[in-house]
Amino acid sequence: MKTIFLIMRREYLVRVKKKSFIVMTLLTPILMSALWLLPAYLATRKTDLKRVQVVDDTKRFASVFQSTEELKFESSNQTIDEAKRKFAKSGYDVLTHVPANIIDDPKGLKIYAEKNVSLGVVRDIENVVENEIENQKLISAGIDRKVLENTKVNVSARTYNLSEEGEKDSSSGAATILGYVLAGLIYFTIFLYGAQVMRGVLEEKTNRIVEVIISSVKPFQLMAGKILGVALVGLTQFMLWILLTIGLSTGLSAVIGSDALKERVEQSAVRSASPGAATPPGMSVKGEQAKAKAANDANMMAKVQSALSTVNWPLLLTCFFIYFVGGYLLYSALFAAVGAAVDNETDSQQFMFPITIPLILGFIIAQTVVLNPDGAVAFWFSMIPLTSPIVMLVRIPFGVPIWEIALSVALLIGGFIGIAWVAARIYRVGILMYGKKPTYAELAKWVFYKA
Amino acid sequence: MTSTAILETRNIVKQYAQHRALDGVSLTVPRGCIFGLLGPNGAGKTSLIRIINQITAPDEGEVFLGGDPLRPEHIGRIGYLPEERGLYKKMKVGEQLLYLAQLKGLSEKQAMDKLKIWFTKFDIKPWWNKAVEDLSKGMQQKIQFVATVLHEPDLIILDEPFSGFDPINANLIKDEILELRRNGSTIIFSTHRMESVEELCDYIALINRSHKILDGPKKAIKEQFKTHTYRAEFQGELTDLPPVFTVVDSQPLDEGFTRVDIRIPPDASVNDLIRNLLDRVAIRSFGENIPSMNDIFIKAVNGQ
Repeated sequence: MKTIFLIMRREYLVRVKKKSFIVMTLLTPILMSALWLLPAYLATRKTDLKRVQVVDDTKRFASVFQSTEELKFESSNQTIDEAKRKFAKSGYDVLTHVPANIIDDPKGLKIYAEKNVSLGVVRDIENVVENEIENQKLISAGIDRKVLENTKVNVSARTYNLSEEGEKDSSSGAATILGYVLAGLIYFTIFLYGAQVMRGVLEEKTNRIVEVIISSVKPFQLMAGKILGVALVGLTQFMLWILLTIGLSTGLSAVIGSDALKERVEQSAVRSASPGAATPPGMSVKGEQAKAKAANDANMMAKVQSALSTVNWPLLLTCFFIYFVGGYLLYSALFAAVGAAVDNETDSQQFMFPITIPLILGFIIAQTVVLNPDGAVAFWFSMIPLTSPIVMLVRIPFGVPIWEIALSVALLIGGFIGIAWVAARIYRVGILMYGKKPTYAELAKWVFYKA
Repeated sequence: MTSTAILETRNIVKQYAQHRALDGVSLTVPRGCIFGLLGPNGAGKTSLIRIINQITAPDEGEVFLGGDPLRPEHIGRIGYLPEERGLYKKMKVGEQLLYLAQLKGLSEKQAMDKLKIWFTKFDIKPWWNKAVEDLSKGMQQKIQFVATVLHEPDLIILDEPFSGFDPINANLIKDEILELRRNGSTIIFSTHRMESVEELCDYIALINRSHKILDGPKKAIKEQFKTHTYRAEFQGELTDLPPVFTVVDSQPLDEGFTRVDIRIPPDASVNDLIRNLLDRVAIRSFGENIPSMNDIFIKAVNGQ
């Protein structure tokens, strides 16, 4: 035990002291906080007011262009040729030309500017014209806009979990996303840290230090110490990521100015959810629709939040921890065996393949599992230890009977013991073998060699 | 026997898939000697050493350390310098040695105290905080040697310890080996360099094709391989030598000198030979042809 601890400590310290570890650990939270703070921060900056000159040949549109914080519309009586000629000295940023036949030829709308016009400005102007054309057409067809609006309905189903505790609000959308995120996290970390274990074993082998070490410790101790050490590195990194991201985000938002920022974040969320919502008012059907949609989105957010609050978080997080540790241990034992079997990383590809197959398979199956979280496929693949860490986590947010989780965890532990036993036997022979890349038949023989 | 033998192997058999690496090898290594474990490449030396180090287990046979059957705790009493050796390249020298010593069962403090002595002795104090990869190969070998003997093992197994050393450092290591023996350690020394066997070893075992073909004190083995030939260099004509003396080889040298190798029967007297020579030629030198370890090695391996 003491030896395993010594090995674990070395593996841990060596990795944690590496520059790449420190850089990765610090950089990721910075990127993460930047990812959600930067757009919000940019949104808080006042955008320059753009002056738009409108040359309206129809004389109908001038009134529908209403100025906003960002765009100031001013209609002009000049002809378009005149306006174009004088544009450079006029002080306007943008010149819009609505031709007389705009209703019949909606593509005739033209926008001029000295530099490129931003997509947002173009979209805003287009929206105004589009809505007005629609309006005109409705009127000429004799349709009352109110009638049309009344025909718009929005169907949105709410799903409920019927369990013994009664009805519970649920959102399969939220559960799906949550399951995916957790499963993806496990998938990613198994690869990341499993590969580190393999590289560590290879390093010992290629540096020829392994024989020195195993004249002092049992190969199994060396393998176990390495796997546990890397596991601790992973956990440390995760903890630091979470803590630093939270710390940085709160710190930064305080600096940027919390209230304005919060408002902006909400606004930009709504805006990005429905592009129409940010268009200047004065539009009829489209505008109303957009507003309804925005309201709907907000409603949706609230629903997701309430759905997230119905998730059994203690169970989910406990399971995440168990399946993360279990899955990592199981796969890293296999990675260690691969590292021991070959002499260099290039040769490892061949043996990596059968290890990655079940992982990838688990991830693919996860996609069908979200559609049918209680089906036979979902059940069996959440029992098989090689795929259960991914598949079961996708299922848990949908609700899984406790006995299934218990069985799956028991199988995972059993599977880990079995696989670690096989891996340790390959490892013990492999670390002393140099030269020829072994075949699968040889690997199988190694398992049965006497110690 | 067990009281004076630090290590004893009895009928060790080790079988790999199609290849029997060791076949009934029994050895006795007396305490406090330097024991040369010799044999051609692939004879089974490394397999035997790995069994002694408990890296692998024998299929048959037993190993005794100081009279007790080999147990996992014995690891701390053995120091092993493998032929394929290396260190963690990125790790600092001091940290690495502390780590290796602790794996052998020393406490951090004990390891530190002993390391200080060795660092002073080898005059390598400035290396403590250097990464191993920044050291030359010879320096790394020195570190490796320190790692092998730091925990003051009773039994030290050195596989080709001089490879990678320049003559000066090789001498330094040789002196250390001799001092370790003086301090009561036993050294098993596996090498292909017969001159160092000649120089250092008290006992020898020769393994060839999975079998032990020869073992015993170096002196006795030399005695056993004696050819009873004597070499003389002289001026003059050597004729009419009595028929008991056989001239095996005769070669003319410069300035009228001749060198001959003469074999005498085991029961004949050397004095007789000298008297006969004195009567006939002017002797410049005379001596017994003692077989070198090199000769013995080749003879024993080929004679099988």
